[in-house]
Amino acid sequence: MNLQSDDFELFQLRRQFAQDASVLDARWKDLQREAHPDRFAAQGAAAQRVAMQWSVRINEAYQRLRDPLKRAAYLCELGGAAVNAENNTAMPAAFLMQQMEWREELEDASDLSRLESLSREVIQARRVALEACGQAIDQLQDFKTAVGHVRALMFIERFSEEVNARIDASHDAMDSADRGQ
Amino acid sequence: MALLQISEPGQAPDPHQRRVAVGIDLGTTHSLVAAVRHGVAECLPDSQGHVILPSVVRYLEGGGRQIGAEALVAGATDPENTIASVKRFMGRGLADIRGRDKLPYRFVDKAAGMLSLHTAQGEKSPVEISAEILATLRYRAEDTFNDDLYGAVITVPAYFDDAQRQATKDAAQLAGINVLRLINEPTAAAIAYGLDNASEGIYAVFDLGGGTFDISILRLTRGVFEVIATGGDSALGGDDYDQALADWVLAQTGLQTVTATDKALLKAAARRTKESLSATNSVAVDVHLTLGMIHLDVKVSDFEAATAALTARALSAVRKVMRDARLERADVHGVVMVGGSTRMPQIQRAVADFFGREPLNNLNPDEVVAIGAAVQANQLAGNDTTGDLLLLDVIPLSLGIETMGGLVERIVPRNQTIPTAMAQDFTTYKDGQTALSLHVVQGERDLVADCRSLARFELRGIPPMAAGAARIRVTFTVDADGLLSVSAKEQGSGVEARIDVKPSYGLSDAQIATMLQDSFTTAESDMKARALAEARVDADRMLLATQSALDADGALLDEQERQTIGALMQALSTAAVASQDAQAIEAATTALAKGTEAFAAQRMNHSIQKALAGRNVEAI
Repeated sequence: MNLQSDDFELFQLRRQFAQDASVLDARWKDLQREAHPDRFAAQGAAAQRVAMQWSVRINEAYQRLRDPLKRAAYLCELGGAAVNAENNTAMPAAFLMQQMEWREELEDASDLSRLESLSREVIQARRVALEACGQAIDQLQDFKTAVGHVRALMFIERFSEEVNARIDASHDAMDSADRGQ
Repeated sequence: MALLQISEPGQAPDPHQRRVAVGIDLGTTHSLVAAVRHGVAECLPDSQGHVILPSVVRYLEGGGRQIGAEALVAGATDPENTIASVKRFMGRGLADIRGRDKLPYRFVDKAAGMLSLHTAQGEKSPVEISAEILATLRYRAEDTFNDDLYGAVITVPAYFDDAQRQATKDAAQLAGINVLRLINEPTAAAIAYGLDNASEGIYAVFDLGGGTFDISILRLTRGVFEVIATGGDSALGGDDYDQALADWVLAQTGLQTVTATDKALLKAAARRTKESLSATNSVAVDVHLTLGMIHLDVKVSDFEAATAALTARALSAVRKVMRDARLERADVHGVVMVGGSTRMPQIQRAVADFFGREPLNNLNPDEVVAIGAAVQANQLAGNDTTGDLLLLDVIPLSLGIETMGGLVERIVPRNQTIPTAMAQDFTTYKDGQTALSLHVVQGERDLVADCRSLARFELRGIPPMAAGAARIRVTFTVDADGLLSVSAKEQGSGVEARIDVKPSYGLSDAQIATMLQDSFTTAESDMKARALAEARVDADRMLLATQSALDADGALLDEQERQTIGALMQALSTAAVASQDAQAIEAATTALAKGTEAFAAQRMNHSIQKALAGRNVEAI
């Protein structure tokens, strides 16, 4: 194993979409326990530099492996189907229709309960897309299909952030109303 | 024949190799230094027995300075040369300072960059002023142990951005302190409570100081500390409680304060009353004002009613941070109380009611941050080899670069675990272009104007090519302290671009060198002697480090590698003892550092593989 090993080799995990979050977490900490620069604080600049390289590499792999969307995109890339999100914006019509409906609903939603119900809907859609994506990777090794799911999930993720921002803003407004009383 | 060094687990091989390592809480209103002595972390007192050093520096006309309690007293008569709460100015421009009109200082606005203050001894930057406080604590530690300080862990608020962290580190450098690590204040408090031992779960750190309120949510798992959210109110603290009580007293008596002395007397009385009410139910207030006598009995319930709005403000910030962390109150396994103002019973009760559990408050809330930092310093210095603490922090604010139209492109998102590195490719837009400039900002907003400018980087020495042909990979590295560095390489030619950094708020290396030259430490002693002493300490540190690496993993080296390193060590120890030339010693230190780089890499690979191999066996 070296700094060039892929994320799964580094974490000694099977190269697949399905991963146990607690195993992943434990391995991350085990690796950092060995490699973190703090472990070498009393051992000179050279050791610090090398430790830093390893520690950065471990964190990079961890960020990618623990986020299901990034993990899926990475597996697609390893499987020969790069995501290329910038050059590949063509999406199925049905998916685009749903996106437009969601956006309208977000614009119209005037109270917290409507925002929260939209949020639940988005979370559900994300779960379904992730499951399909995982199946395409792990069971079918069909990276072309999987990469389509990854692109759809990127849209969903961005929309979900917007919904959360709106929910936060409406909580904040309620808080300042509390303080004004 | 190879010698084997055997020692009990958990003990440094040689007691004489024990290094003096301290934790420093560099606070807004006061600062403390703590160290592990006889296995226990405790705050170190000054010669008068006080552990608290007020964070106040006074510059005297004609030279000399007062630091701490002395300066605090003088503040009333010489306000413009007596700088308090300098922490608020660290890494900040003048425009950032709210309520600066009410402050008695003569600010000097630097066109772009950190403000400075005009004093009886000329212009002083917040970094220099903080360095005075740090140096005072360093001398206190060195006097206590009658030995040189090996290094320190210094605490900073979890939300401190790169400029503020860098300023803190620069101040330490000016004070001649080797920074082992900057750690977050809430993390230090959690360490002091020993939450790393067997504690798993989510903890809240409620820190109400003299002038600021910070609330942080930490996640602990097997000795790993993650700050998952921070919030607070930078204008809420014990002083506001004093003021609210003073206002209430005036309202009750119908009196008014007409002079500055009236105000000061009443405020002091309010403060004493507040402190007494932590222990008793009712206190008599007697104050002699210009317009008449105040004689009033204040009950706990009066005080609580007068300050209920302040407590509500704190709780509102707590609710917000819980939402940011996407947590319910029941998810929190414990609450740590930090800061003298958490002694107020109404605060204790409000926190207990909010979280539905009694907060942890059996340590001195003024000392808890310094104590936690001391525990970490002791481990980082290698004094406690059984220590199993590992702090994995996250970056508190996103890092980005300016793109067309004043927009921010995010490079490192907030809450990413550090250390981390992110690479981004850039290209040239003109034929033969050999330089490129980058503007790095920190913050969550989309517009550059709404974020904090960190630095402008000028990449030079790009090989001339057609427009768009160069591929310059710029790597942004954030180290374990949360500090940014940048490197760049043209991908096609492999040419390393030279980078000129213009920090927006920090100091350049040249500025620090100048400050060191005319700083307190060198004004009193010879510059050369100091450089020589420092070079020797560095040499010693390097030799010790190499020896301990050889003791642990010498087997990884072949005979020739071993001899090469041995010769470099010999050269360095000879130079350190015999040479009077700091540069010669530094050169020998650098040579040893370079000569052991490959060994360090081998050790790392070996230890990581060992760790994984061990786990594989478990997995089977």
